[in-house]
Amino acid sequence: MLETVIGSVRADNQGFSTASERRLGWLVPESAPDRAALRLGLMRVLIGTSLIFGFYYLSWRYVNSINWDAWPIALALLGAETYSYIDSWLFGLAIWHMRHRGEPLPPPVDATVDIFITCYNEPVELVRETVKAALAVSHPHRTYVLDDGSSGPMRDMAESEGAGYIIRSSDWKGKERHAKAGNLNNALLQSNGEFILVLDADQIPSPEILDRTLGYFRDHKVAFVQTPQWFYNVPANDPIGCQAPLFYGPIQQGKDGLNAAFFCGSNAVLRREALMQMGVIHYVRQLEQRVRRALRMAESLLRSAERQIGPNDTERARAALHELRDAVRQARRSQRSGAPIQEITWEFQRRAESVSRLLVSEDLARIRSELGEIPGVDVADLDRSMGALFEDGEVVNMLTARDTSPLAAIGAVRSLLTTVDMDRNDEAQPVMPMATISVTEDMATAMRLHALGWRSVYHHEILARGLAPDDLGSSLKQRLRWAQGTVQVMLRENPLFVRGLSVGQRLMYFATMWSYLSGFFSLIYLGAPILYLVFGLLPVRAYSADFFWHLLPYLLVNQLLFLVVGWGLKTWRGQQYSLALFPLWIKAVTSAVGNVHFGRKLGFVVTPKTRQAGGVQWSLVRPQLITMAILIGALVFGLVRLALGLTEDGMPILINTFWICYDLVCLSAVLDAVIYQPDDASDVAPAGEAGGRTPDASRCAGIGVA
Amino acid sequence: MLLEIESKADQPTIVRMTGKLDLLSAAEVKESLAKSVAEGHRRMVVDLAGVTFIDSSGLGALIGGLKAARLAGGDLRLARPADQARVILELTTLDRVLRPYTTLEEALAGY
Repeated sequence: MLETVIGSVRADNQGFSTASERRLGWLVPESAPDRAALRLGLMRVLIGTSLIFGFYYLSWRYVNSINWDAWPIALALLGAETYSYIDSWLFGLAIWHMRHRGEPLPPPVDATVDIFITCYNEPVELVRETVKAALAVSHPHRTYVLDDGSSGPMRDMAESEGAGYIIRSSDWKGKERHAKAGNLNNALLQSNGEFILVLDADQIPSPEILDRTLGYFRDHKVAFVQTPQWFYNVPANDPIGCQAPLFYGPIQQGKDGLNAAFFCGSNAVLRREALMQMGVIHYVRQLEQRVRRALRMAESLLRSAERQIGPNDTERARAALHELRDAVRQARRSQRSGAPIQEITWEFQRRAESVSRLLVSEDLARIRSELGEIPGVDVADLDRSMGALFEDGEVVNMLTARDTSPLAAIGAVRSLLTTVDMDRNDEAQPVMPMATISVTEDMATAMRLHALGWRSVYHHEILARGLAPDDLGSSLKQRLRWAQGTVQVMLRENPLFVRGLSVGQRLMYFATMWSYLSGFFSLIYLGAPILYLVFGLLPVRAYSADFFWHLLPYLLVNQLLFLVVGWGLKTWRGQQYSLALFPLWIKAVTSAVGNVHFGRKLGFVVTPKTRQAGGVQWSLVRPQLITMAILIGALVFGLVRLALGLTEDGMPILINTFWICYDLVCLSAVLDAVIYQPDDASDVAPAGEAGGRTPDASRCAGIGVA
Repeated sequence: MLLEIESKADQPTIVRMTGKLDLLSAAEVKESLAKSVAEGHRRMVVDLAGVTFIDSSGLGALIGGLKAARLAGGDLRLARPADQARVILELTTLDRVLRPYTTLEEALAGY
């Protein structure tokens, strides 16, 4: 099923090899571009065929096959199949546009570059490796360690290696920190290279990383260049499923063909101007929204205050409220007519201030007269000191300042005044170039850049090697965070509705989000055979010849397409995990919805780069183990009934047996993962020796895909 | 980048900038603006007549200055931007926040 293809887009399977396509001998043209063209042609034929067969099958399913006697499961399964079919379209769209970029151009002359190494409490020695490699990058640059853990040893390391060291400025004290996005935003204001190479603490760059990527920026509309993420500590069978060859390969190349390459947070070079420009634009946008909202609220607040005003309040207070409301109305009118926010807020605040100044003076006068009536108070003396008070501009200022407005309603409006200002006092920096709407700041940032018309590049060549989490717990946390972040972006800035994106870009972003919904549909795919074998609920009218003639062509072409797309790549692990991690995908969606719509805490999980507490942690995969047990139970139950002659339905039972076996094989990936004990040596293996590959051997330009 | 500060009692402070307001000078400009706010120049007019080039980092520095001024109860206005500056103000839509005044007199009016 194709949903399994993109299901775990960012962390599928193992890498890049050239061996497999050579075996085809005479069938394959000599030159790489010809080969790529032939392959693309073949894939397009298969995509077209698969979608046509899919339509043929699904329309038959809708019209002729629903078993209304078991309608809940019948409709649920049809829904799941429709989901998968839409997924096929999105996958096909990407692959159709796969783009093979040739040799990159040389870097623009005098390009200045900062290398940012983001870290948060990783082991110092691990970061040191990255820092050394970053310093050794051949194109002139400056290297900075962005230490969000602000640790002494990390600073010492950076200094002794000769790298810059950046921690949060004092502006961030007591403000929302925005995790990695905040770390990068802080560093952007403390550095000045035209281009920025972002590296996670464990991503060891090749010396030529900048020489191979900067050339794309000769196109002044290019905002970022992403290169693959590849992990050197992962064994060939990749038990935890850390590598993502399908994503950092055909899928990114396909997105690139639609000018929708994803920025993935590390191993990418960004143009500072693009980030800053976007930061300024979003500053303006948010400010306009906030001011509009605050003024609207202020008006309704004042309206109800005017209604509630008591008989004890003076005419003065009544007039003050009226005046203030008038000021709000005026401000709203100005905003509608497009006046600059600065003028609107300045004007409004001056008027609001003079209103409260009036009330304060009145209060002081009343106090004075009341004090004067107290026997024994020397009126002349009082006048002198009160006079001094009035003379002292500072005192009146203080009393009229936002915090001490005398009238209750004005007090309520006071807090709004703070909002109807441009200082964005709740944020450490008014301009936040990296988007902070999601725990995966990278995707949100790239989408905003695309929406502003910036271009992106996916450069298919491994230029940095990282350390994957080597225990299942850490890996699951990482995937959960990616999935949550993606769903957050979908809920907050849905790509289908964001202004400025092209249709292709909309669909490419949507495809990734769509694929994370697979968990719910996996439940149906897993549940349907159980319901049949145990309760006899059949979702289709019959597993007849008719059924097979509709389904088989679709199924076969689909598998063939996947075979061609994933040719030479180890994609099986990814396929297993996209089904096997269904509880995680479900949790990601529910927690992200809880966070965005109900304000529940999501928590930002920093992926540990070192192994978490040892021992086999069966509890991590309990839902999968239970599911496997139920599947096996259902299978045995069905087969025993057949053997005892209690049922005649041989064919449906056979089909469901195959179905369950496929599910079991997929789910079994978690068994490999949970018992996997990494070789300790691989934990510390330096990156240069990644699985015996030299940088040249792994260069993607000559790879099966190209 | 050169920054000259001209202040008269009871008058907004005029900050004259000369040179390029770009990624290289942004941090310094932001710093200087924050410093002059701290020294009591709460109402400022930034005179951009001598600025030959502004990029988005430069705009970021001006926004930083605006924030500092507003937090101190003051304000920051822009005056006399050159064509390039005007274009980038429009491109980033920052002109929807800060009005680029054509003359110093206009910037000082009612301030």
